[in-house]
Amino acid sequence: MPVDTSKRGRDVSSAVETSRPTAPPAMVTEPVSASRRALLVSGLVAAGGAAVAASRAQSQATPDPMAGHAMSGGAVDPYSAHDSGMAHGNMTMVGQVDHARNGFDPTAMLTDWETGRTEVLPDGRTLRTFEVDAIDVEIEIAPGVFFPAWTFNGRVPGPALRAKEGERLRIVFRNLGSHPHSMHFHGIHSARMDGVQGAGLIDPGEEFVYEFDAKPFGCHLYHCHTLPLKRHMHKGMYGLFVVDPDPARHPEFAAVAASRVLGSPENAEWQELAMVMNGFDTNFDGENEVYAVNTVGQAYMKAPIRIDKSRPVRIYLMNATEFDPINSFHLHGNFFDYYDTGTQLTPTLRTVDVIMQCQAQRGILEFSFADHEDGMYMFHAHQAEFTELGWMGFFDVREAGA
Amino acid sequence: MTDHIQRSRPPMTRLLLVLVPLAVMLGAFVWIASLDPLRGFNNGAPPVEALTVERTILDRSGISLRVRAGGSEAMVVAQVAVDDAYWTFTQEPAGPIARGDAVWLRIPYPWVLGEAHHINLLTNTGATFGHEIAVAVSTPSPTWGQLRLQAVIGAIVGLLPVALGLMFYPAMKGVGQRGMNFLLALTVGLLAFLLIDTISEALELSAEAAAIFQGSAMVWLAALTSFLLLMAIGRWRGNPEGIALAFYIALGIGLHNFGEGLAIGGAFAAGSAGLGTFLVLGFALHNVTEGIGIAAPMLRARPTLWTFAALTLLAGGPAILGMWAGSLAYAPQWSALALAVGAGAILQVMVEVSAYLVRQNADRQAALMSPAVLVGFLGGIAFMYATAALIKI
Ligand SMILES: [Cu+2]
Repeated sequence: MPVDTSKRGRDVSSAVETSRPTAPPAMVTEPVSASRRALLVSGLVAAGGAAVAASRAQSQATPDPMAGHAMSGGAVDPYSAHDSGMAHGNMTMVGQVDHARNGFDPTAMLTDWETGRTEVLPDGRTLRTFEVDAIDVEIEIAPGVFFPAWTFNGRVPGPALRAKEGERLRIVFRNLGSHPHSMHFHGIHSARMDGVQGAGLIDPGEEFVYEFDAKPFGCHLYHCHTLPLKRHMHKGMYGLFVVDPDPARHPEFAAVAASRVLGSPENAEWQELAMVMNGFDTNFDGENEVYAVNTVGQAYMKAPIRIDKSRPVRIYLMNATEFDPINSFHLHGNFFDYYDTGTQLTPTLRTVDVIMQCQAQRGILEFSFADHEDGMYMFHAHQAEFTELGWMGFFDVREAGA
Repeated sequence: MTDHIQRSRPPMTRLLLVLVPLAVMLGAFVWIASLDPLRGFNNGAPPVEALTVERTILDRSGISLRVRAGGSEAMVVAQVAVDDAYWTFTQEPAGPIARGDAVWLRIPYPWVLGEAHHINLLTNTGATFGHEIAVAVSTPSPTWGQLRLQAVIGAIVGLLPVALGLMFYPAMKGVGQRGMNFLLALTVGLLAFLLIDTISEALELSAEAAAIFQGSAMVWLAALTSFLLLMAIGRWRGNPEGIALAFYIALGIGLHNFGEGLAIGGAFAAGSAGLGTFLVLGFALHNVTEGIGIAAPMLRARPTLWTFAALTLLAGGPAILGMWAGSLAYAPQWSALALAVGAGAILQVMVEVSAYLVRQNADRQAALMSPAVLVGFLGGIAFMYATAALIKI
């Protein structure tokens, strides 16, 4: 008897991947030999579509779309779980992370840019000053799972620092932690400001001021460069460092550049999101137990990211995952343009739905849901293992007021 | 002299002599506990955690695990990942698991027949405890039909061979002193094999049990205790001989068969029973010697038919009980304990049969080293070893 049930479980789970209601018709013209399987899959797609609609109704009724799902209790039939339509079914963590206790909320992190304070230098340039403290904090990375993190400003990832091309930057770094730390910026600067031994790597209780010009424009990162590097990185010492292009320096693409300058009218059109892919090795065995974007596993599954479908989306994406050489980003039901490292104003990849990033690689993704129907659009790493260990989420795409 | 002095003290004084040190001892414990002398050593290290999976059940509702906590403090299972995917689960009863307590984790996971699954239990500190399901098959539910089937198998494995062995009794009756020596030595030989086999099995099982049960110490101590107790009971009225000795042998073998039944029942419960007809027949053949061994010391007595029936039941019946217990409430530590008790019983019987063998012969030293005894002893071991080789899974 278990034989047929397990077979059913298998077929349905494979159908989940293909149950994309918005799949272009061209994709259906497969070889005829696959027709029987295709028939089965299409039947399930129809069933899945109906269930997606049902679950959407549910998500509008409650802020947590997962609340109605088989999180607990009752006689759960695991083999029917996949039929629920929500592609994750029982594949989810149990419980909720206490974001207030953590002191940071992954949803707020998406748009929480740290712009520091500015003043005008005698030569007319802007001096932008950031203050960053290294702090030891225990954070909740998955419901009920606590991780003894080393952080910048008490959050993982650290603050998403944002400046404009050509500005003078000053980062006041205080080490309030229990170990030596540093801030090593990916960008152009002198050796004295490198954040390695003898260049801004400081002991607990000390302070260092990094100073350099904001260049080149792009989507960068900073991280602690203290040895052992792996330990300091995976403990949480990394963050986004975005330098917006100065439109005046790029007359041929001034409009594009202006759209990237935080606070400009052109930029206001966009929905910009800061996303850092990361992982946590909770038992320190050199393998990650929890994968996430912005630290909390399945955070955007439990609280989907609200997207106004009429405005384009720009994601500043970075890979800070230790132990696994590559991470990736896959968007459901849509394609995007990709600007590798963000140092170009024209896409380095056009119309793709998966990009991969090596450790410390980063880039900018641009896409739009303007012509889509409303719905929950999944995004996740396309390493199935990362996905199932926490790195997946949803865009909740609707009209602005809907 | 000391007796005299103590008796001269009034009862109240004697009571006080016990109560005062008792009170001081209690006070000392309270004082030590309140002082917390180890506080100075606290370096902020997280508590030591240990989690043991005692039972795995696979059915239509998914995977159920019975896990026992054995850490230095209460533990919290925060998340469960199956095959590298976080999965929903419920815990019965919910909440932190106190040291030594066990809970059920119910995971609605669509396991796949015949394939391996790896479960990772994540605690609130991020510690992980892996559990491997080597081959996933449905765990048979303990229905009446199942229990009846197990009783039949238990009877084939336990009762039938003992009865068959006892049926050699009339044929054995005619043997002379040398034949008798041979049979008794054969009994000791087969018991020697059972003793080592039982102990190693018990140690193996105890290694799977939660640390709190202190596996190997529990096995050795339980075996020693049961050996001493049975020796004391057996020698209550002189050295056991004849029918009495046969009953001790039957009891020892019965305890071993109970452990054997537990193992088979546990395998059934785990759904991993590769118990073919061949295996059952192998077990039965293996156990025929047990009947011969039980009959050996009775050759000079006149047992009734009822005696044979009782001996069969005592030696073989526990196999059925063991199968039921194993399939209904399997836990490695209980199986290990049962086997350890059985080992003690077997050792007791070995000692008594050897003593009986020696007493039967005028020249005790020569009898022990006689060809009949040596051939019997080694033959018993060899036969058990050979048949065991056939049935080891
Ligand atoms: Cu560091």
